[in-house]
Amino acid sequence: MRLLKLVPDNTNIGFVAMRKWAFALTALLTLAAVAAVGVRGLHMGVDFVGGLMIEARFTEKPSMDKLRGDIDSLGVGNGTLQQFGDPNTVSIRLPLPEEGGEGASNAVVAKVKAELTKSYPGVIFTRYDTVSGKVSGELVQKGVLAVMLAVIGIAIFSWFRYEWQFGVSTFVAIMHDVLMTLGFFAITQLEFDLNIIAAVLTIVGYSINDKMVIDDRIRENMRKYRKMDMKALIDLSVNETLPRTVMTSVTVMLALGALLIFGGHVLRGFTAAMMLGIVVGTYSSVYVSSSLLISLGLTPESAMRKSKVADVAKGAERIGSNEG
Amino acid sequence: MLDFPRWKIWLIVSSLVVGVLLSVPTFFPERIYNQLPSFLQAKVNLGLDLSGGSHILLEANPAEVAKQRLENMEEQVRTELRRGDPKIAIGDISRRDGKLAFMVRDPSQVDAAVERIRPLTQGAGLTGQRDFNVEVVDSSTIVLTPTQAGIDTAVNQAMDVAKEVIDRRINEMGTREPTIIRQGSNRIVVQVPGLQDPAELKNLLGQTAKLEFKLVDISANPAEVAQGRAPVGSEILPYPDNPSGVPVIAVKRQVMVSGEELIDAQQGFDQQNNQPVVNIRFNGAGGRKFGRVTSENVNRPFAIILDGKVLSAPNINEPILGGSAQISGNFTVKTADQLAIALRSGKLPVALTVVEERTVGPDLGADSIRSGIIASAIATAAVLTFMFLSYGRFGLYANLAVVINIFVILGVMALMNATLTLPGIAGFVLTIGTAVDANVLVNERIREERRRGRSVLQSIEFGYKEASRTIFEANVTHAIAGGIMFMLGSGPVKGFAVVLLIGIATSVYTAVVFTRMLVSLWVRRHRPTEIHI
Repeated sequence: MRLLKLVPDNTNIGFVAMRKWAFALTALLTLAAVAAVGVRGLHMGVDFVGGLMIEARFTEKPSMDKLRGDIDSLGVGNGTLQQFGDPNTVSIRLPLPEEGGEGASNAVVAKVKAELTKSYPGVIFTRYDTVSGKVSGELVQKGVLAVMLAVIGIAIFSWFRYEWQFGVSTFVAIMHDVLMTLGFFAITQLEFDLNIIAAVLTIVGYSINDKMVIDDRIRENMRKYRKMDMKALIDLSVNETLPRTVMTSVTVMLALGALLIFGGHVLRGFTAAMMLGIVVGTYSSVYVSSSLLISLGLTPESAMRKSKVADVAKGAERIGSNEG
Repeated sequence: MLDFPRWKIWLIVSSLVVGVLLSVPTFFPERIYNQLPSFLQAKVNLGLDLSGGSHILLEANPAEVAKQRLENMEEQVRTELRRGDPKIAIGDISRRDGKLAFMVRDPSQVDAAVERIRPLTQGAGLTGQRDFNVEVVDSSTIVLTPTQAGIDTAVNQAMDVAKEVIDRRINEMGTREPTIIRQGSNRIVVQVPGLQDPAELKNLLGQTAKLEFKLVDISANPAEVAQGRAPVGSEILPYPDNPSGVPVIAVKRQVMVSGEELIDAQQGFDQQNNQPVVNIRFNGAGGRKFGRVTSENVNRPFAIILDGKVLSAPNINEPILGGSAQISGNFTVKTADQLAIALRSGKLPVALTVVEERTVGPDLGADSIRSGIIASAIATAAVLTFMFLSYGRFGLYANLAVVINIFVILGVMALMNATLTLPGIAGFVLTIGTAVDANVLVNERIREERRRGRSVLQSIEFGYKEASRTIFEANVTHAIAGGIMFMLGSGPVKGFAVVLLIGIATSVYTAVVFTRMLVSLWVRRHRPTEIHI
């Protein structure tokens, strides 16, 4: 049996040589993503802006205009309707009643349920979410904090473990991944909710994993080929790890693809975010973060200064792995 | 490499067997599971988004607790100084800016008043602070300022009591297996699996259920009452169902009997008009008090007050001596029943508001489980096929590791009694994808070393050794992201992080340690001179 090889042996792509183009393209896309978020905004779920969401499943595809009219006629505020998953399922979003506490939001839910049950016999209500403005504000804060801490924590880790250039290049590349994901949500106007924060953090985790593998190889080659030109060395490292980068991206994409198609509508936005993140993260590992090391002035000498620390760590690993 | 001692093989295999076995109870149907001995009853719980049910986050307003404490303090001070011996006359009592201030009429008694008030304060916190600071201002005014520690302690106590009351109320409703946890300083999370319509539960939890009986002030001028002015010693309360049409009523400030003296409350029907009512029974002291006041006030009305609103104001036709009474009001059977439950389980020490609510219907939950399982199965099949096509025998070893890993993750989750949520399933699928990463790293490295011309044995040894370092480093950073998600995440994010973190730990073990054992056993037996990778 001939085994599958996605990347042919001895592939040698000059990633470093095209770094100017890659940087320009990356900067452009990132700016576009930021602009998209600025102009179109994110379609925030009730998690982040507060409000009331009722998900209803009809027996057949309802006319959205009629449904909107039915809900507007109830006088419970401006409703936003969105088809969710299959054509028969609609999520209805309403503002929280400003006064009257829980009694009032109960009343809104009851009103909507009564009206829909009357006009659309057989409808079932599969989900309600009510989030007050206070809680949603906290969720936003916590979400932003979590993403920032993750990015900074990981950058600091790679800075202490290696040279500062690795920390900075990782930080830049990951910020790019996060911004691109946000841009994707601004353009598609998919609902941005708590699950998406989990997706963004996972993208950060995955992307960092990817970059660590390449960075680790760069370090290894720097020790091995002390005289080699930095550009050639980085190209060599990226190319050597390219089969792994591609293989892993493909397996993860296969798994996520199954989730996207078969995982049900609740997870769809989450999975879409993750798939995009894998593509973006892989791109930034290969084209951006390693080439950025050169622009940041990483030289074999600067690496040697830190190698004392690394050698101690390496010694420890050697002791650990001798028994196998 | 080849030297894999027997004890090590046993250790690895048995640890994995235990991990897999731990996951087994999770797959049993509930009926069989419940018959298992208790030490085997550890399984993965389903989150509300999969089992269906309601999640309700309740919040108390600390300012309200502070206000109540101030009111109580005022009551205590009045009682102590006016009724105690010797009497100390006070006036100009105010509760402005969260402080209690009053004037001692006779300046020579100020010191004595302070002496008598000090014992009313209580210790708060660990620093020996009191819950109120007592000061004398302008030589005749005494000011009691609540300390932050005092307020914190009071909020904490109120929340503890509130949690117990909620627990009793939900149990009275007959709902099964609710989870009630305090969160932060002033919140309580209530999770009720299987509950489809949380409106009833929210109504029940939204009632403070503070019940009071007070006499109606019949001397009050109706015109003044309508404008909200009450005679001295009385207060104006809302009375939405007042037959006279005016939505307020004047009642005496003094409480005849309160709900604290109840021992039972049941929904029933009025014998005359067959309206739903709540029948209550007082304890001995409450019954005597109620009997005395009703004897003294025959043919006058009294007000039944719930949470500051008058429900009804019936006439006392005859002394009520048996210790039972009837609460009439504009009830339906359901609302009367709810009130009975609320009264039986005691009043909440502080009003709670719902700040977040999430309900998932059972259909959606079942759908999510089904699609989650299908997606996981297809993802696994796709990844396994792809790995086999790419690495042949080495791919098969990796695949075995991935499959075992899935069960070990479930086993560890069961051991920790962790909850599987829908995002958790996504975490599973993602773990299936990333778990093979370690094997991809190892196998690619072996390929590389072979290309460089190393021998089979050396290549394998080098592959595992060099890749292990990379795998360790990459997973540490991945775990940092997961750990932050777990600490800061709420709800779905947390459920996802749990699976991710467990998955990172177990997948490194199965993918590195376990496959290395398989590969070396194979190499030892067959001594291959060429490998197909």
